[in-house]
Amino acid sequence: MINDPEKTIELKGIKKLYQIGDQEVAALDGITTDIYKGQFVALMGPSGSGKSTLMNILGCLDRPTVGSYKLNGEEVASLSDDDLAVTRNQKIGFVFQNFNLLSRISALDNVALPLVYSGIDRKERWERAMHYLEAVGLADRAYHQPNELSGGQRQRVAIARALVNKPKIIMADEPTGNLDTKSTKEIMEIFEELHDQGKTIILVTHEPEIAACASRQLLVRDGKITKDAGRGVQMDVV
Amino acid sequence: MLFKESVRIALDALTANKLRTILTMLGIIIGVGAVIAMVSVGLGVKQNITNSISSLGSNMLIVMPGSSNTGGLRSAAGSRTTLKYEDAVSIKSKVKNIDYVSPTVLRSFQVVNGNQNWNTTVYGVTPEYMPIRSLAVSAGSFVTQDDLTKRRRVAVIGTTVASNLYGSKNPVGLNIRVNNQPYKVIGVLESKGQSSMGQDQDDVVIIPLTTAMERLIGITYVQSVNIQVSSQDKMNRIQGDIESLLRQRHRINGGKEDDFYVRNMTSLMETVNETTGMLTLFLGSVAAISLLVGGIGIMNIMMVSVTERTREIGIRKALGATYKAIMTQFLIESIVIGVIGGLIGIGFGCAASELISRFGGFNTVITLSPILLSFSFSVGIGLFFGIYPARKAALLDPIEALRYE
Repeated sequence: MINDPEKTIELKGIKKLYQIGDQEVAALDGITTDIYKGQFVALMGPSGSGKSTLMNILGCLDRPTVGSYKLNGEEVASLSDDDLAVTRNQKIGFVFQNFNLLSRISALDNVALPLVYSGIDRKERWERAMHYLEAVGLADRAYHQPNELSGGQRQRVAIARALVNKPKIIMADEPTGNLDTKSTKEIMEIFEELHDQGKTIILVTHEPEIAACASRQLLVRDGKITKDAGRGVQMDVV
Repeated sequence: MLFKESVRIALDALTANKLRTILTMLGIIIGVGAVIAMVSVGLGVKQNITNSISSLGSNMLIVMPGSSNTGGLRSAAGSRTTLKYEDAVSIKSKVKNIDYVSPTVLRSFQVVNGNQNWNTTVYGVTPEYMPIRSLAVSAGSFVTQDDLTKRRRVAVIGTTVASNLYGSKNPVGLNIRVNNQPYKVIGVLESKGQSSMGQDQDDVVIIPLTTAMERLIGITYVQSVNIQVSSQDKMNRIQGDIESLLRQRHRINGGKEDDFYVRNMTSLMETVNETTGMLTLFLGSVAAISLLVGGIGIMNIMMVSVTERTREIGIRKALGATYKAIMTQFLIESIVIGVIGGLIGIGFGCAASELISRFGGFNTVITLSPILLSFSFSVGIGLFFGIYPARKAALLDPIEALRYE
């Protein structure tokens, strides 16, 4: 098994091209890599390097202009918009830098939101949402609205929301970018715990100490992967 | 499941912006209310006119003698003397689908009791005059066939005549002098009040037709024959039957002009229906325009709402909301505005039409069809004007939407 780990994500020659005036700009310029099941990958790079674009493509929020992206062996390019929505709902959990919680509803309802679109009934939604709020230590804040919570608490609500549909992959786009040191530490502990549970985690960051928590670091510069460190280390997890 | 959830989300969004929701609904409320109130006014006008026409007698044909034409001089209609009592008898026996035939003569006379006198109209009638004019006697009895054949000097008097000549006494069995001839009062009519033309219908003296023609006025012809037909839709055919019967009896051949004419209430009724129908349609369509404007108001607010909630839509899409889910959410929002606005509008419309009839001084008629029509129109408007904004929301690119500030 060690020689043949399961590939969760396969990227081949991914390009994302934008038309700006009459000039074609490549945000991603030929990305080819594999991410294995259970890996904790940090995606690094300066701003404008294309790491967020890559993240969006990996998260099925966007499609590459050229290239092949296989998620669990399935070609994403062949999926319709609605299939992509189902994929985001079932297979991927998102954590954003600015939390992206709905401000008018309670923490519990926010966590339960992905389950609405999985067609799960209300009672079960609340039970499962409560379970994950407990897991991130916020059961006592379940009925508070996001604006009554601190930044760290909001991000923990967002993580609970990412976990509620039991996805295999968690994608986090600078999850600690808006947090203080103490909250950052708490959040990273949660990610490490999820990694221990066998989730595949892809985390975008530009802070080296955050990236150091991950077992593999991909450096993106000018739309290309320029450095791939610690690639083999994670093999023993499989 | 998702549908139920969409309704909840839509209601939450609407209650989060109460004032805006109410203002948007106001357009629909006024529109639906105006349609119902205006149509009820139109139908009320129609009912008023129809009522005053049918109070002249429903399903009624009136045969009148024609105008006499001597030496190129045409005198007033009804001046001929060719319409006979026997014509009426013949119509009754030969033409089918006729309920009542009532030949009549009338003239004004002075009536006297003791030292009291009064000028009134004396009608010579047959017993069928009573059902055809929907009369009833409050005391005594009406003219009978026996009175008619024996040409008795008996009279049935209206309440106005009774109170002027007899005060509070019961006049039945007492005498009344008509044109200086003594008549016996055999009955008093139940009061009918004023007619729609402002005529006192109680200011009458009714005597047998034969008595009136031969003993009082001294004529051999009748002045009109009222005919009540069994149903409205047979009016035209029966009119034709009567005309050909009378032409035959009066020996009028070929292209010669009739010496009588038949008045038919149906054609008058049709004209009235047409006119008031146009009026109702006109009022209704003016109101419908305000409903349409209300619909544009919904669209406007929904567009603002979609723009305002771009980020929310982005989050929902990132978490797995499909095109259909977002579309449903926003469509239901605008339909709910249409439904609730429509229901409140129905309430307002009915209340307005009630107020108009109470304080405006004329009838309004509320029927189910404008209510159903304007309600389904308002729901349809919610749906139609919601489609574009909802589609706009559902087609949003999740990345763009998440980036939106």
